[in-house]
Amino acid sequence: MNVDVLVTVVKAVVVLVLLLQVAPLMIWVERRGSAFMQDRPGPNRLGPWGLFQGLADAVKFLFKEDVTPSAADKPLYLMAPVLALLPAFTTSVVIPWGPDFKWDGQPYRFVIANADTGVLLFLALASLGVYSLVLAGYASNNKFSLIGSIRASAQLISYELAMTISVLAVVIPVNSFHLGDVVEYQRSHLWNFLPQLPGFLVFAVAAFAETNRLPFDLPEAESELIAGFHTEYSAMRFAAFFMAEYTSMAALSALGVTLYFGGWSLPWINYEGLGWRGVLIGLGTLLAKVAVCMFIFVWVRWTFPRFRYDQLMRLGWKFLLPVAILNLIAVAAMTLAGWL
Amino acid sequence: MELLAFLIFAFLAVASALVVVAHKNPVYSTMALVVTLFSVAVLFVLLGSPFIGVLQVLIYTGAIVVLFLFVIMLLNIGREESQLAGHKPQFFASILGAIVFGGLVIFTLLNVATTPAPGGPSTELVSLEGLANTLFKEYLLPFEIIGLLLLVAVIGATVAARRTQPGESTTGVAEPPKEEAQP
Repeated sequence: MNVDVLVTVVKAVVVLVLLLQVAPLMIWVERRGSAFMQDRPGPNRLGPWGLFQGLADAVKFLFKEDVTPSAADKPLYLMAPVLALLPAFTTSVVIPWGPDFKWDGQPYRFVIANADTGVLLFLALASLGVYSLVLAGYASNNKFSLIGSIRASAQLISYELAMTISVLAVVIPVNSFHLGDVVEYQRSHLWNFLPQLPGFLVFAVAAFAETNRLPFDLPEAESELIAGFHTEYSAMRFAAFFMAEYTSMAALSALGVTLYFGGWSLPWINYEGLGWRGVLIGLGTLLAKVAVCMFIFVWVRWTFPRFRYDQLMRLGWKFLLPVAILNLIAVAAMTLAGWL
Repeated sequence: MELLAFLIFAFLAVASALVVVAHKNPVYSTMALVVTLFSVAVLFVLLGSPFIGVLQVLIYTGAIVVLFLFVIMLLNIGREESQLAGHKPQFFASILGAIVFGGLVIFTLLNVATTPAPGGPSTELVSLEGLANTLFKEYLLPFEIIGLLLLVAVIGATVAARRTQPGESTTGVAEPPKEEAQP
């Protein structure tokens, strides 16, 4: 009993420490990456290649004045940034971060919550993220914020549907909701993105919409709505939204990698014979795959212009959802025929 | 441990349900509803059916209540003033409702003590596999009929929402204003 709790705490601490590094690192990647794509130097003063810029930004956020508008709905206004962090950090409990390992002769899975409903739990927790956006916009008592949060609620619900259905198609051949089983399945079969390419593309597009990243950042839309739902926020409360955005990007990337790109595994490595080194290699592999996804998030942001609101809705309901449903039917038929 | 979790979330569920009906601001009521549904989902997990708990969060908390919030914000519903003053029928109806509800609570409490505990549903029934076998094998026809009913309801709602207004063409695109209408 005690060892079980200890192992879970160790796993949770490892994952939390890793996730906390995402935001400062991504600030640097985003700013230097955008500068690289626009052929300008970007922040390059602090540390080698400007690497300490994230640290400087964090210190700045800590010491800035925290302003609350006098007409704001105070309890909701103060609660919204905290609610944003909650799903961003909790969703990663169902991600398998490496192969199974042994402690004291007992086998353990390298996943914090060994839940049978893994994928569904991830989607359920991620779907709670919309409340922070909606409440932030409502409580700020600002027209721009309110428009941003109304957009957020419609957008997140619409794309959640397409995403859930594309994820369900992965679950059918695996025959389990547990993400560890999804990885094990891909170790003995092709990686899922090949047989389920349409489903993967729907998932990828929906992931951009679910994390409010360009080309779907309509709740924020700085050229129309100032900063959308977080216009009125400053200092650490604004930084919390920032952190939540990058952390949920990382969690969603980890889910996508686990579902479609083999998770922590590489096809030519036999992890069982490696012991502790296998666990570290698995963790490193997953982090590398997530890092590639994160760079694609940045790459897309500085490549495509923002969608218009009606275009966003049309894409979600009239294209992505039918494709996801057709993919689901095709995968179910192929599984029944024994091809997957 | 399990008892403690049950007590915490049972208390949260009841307390937030009271906030849902008692609070004057509809946004606060909606957020309290989120807490209620989430607590009930945790109770489902404690009862040994994580699948139903997760679905409760995914569907009700994650989608349906968001739609409530969306409508409340879109229509900009403000604080609710006291409605009971001056509305006699509503006042009497609420007293009647309270009496019926109180009677139900007392009846349930009296019977819980005498009826032997049923032992709860078996774990095979509430597990993922058991649920799937029950829904898709044993009760397949009723399940499909419910699905059909929901489809009919969706189509009906779409037709009702798209009923053409006077001055609007059947294609759903508003006709350009007539020449004479302009000064």
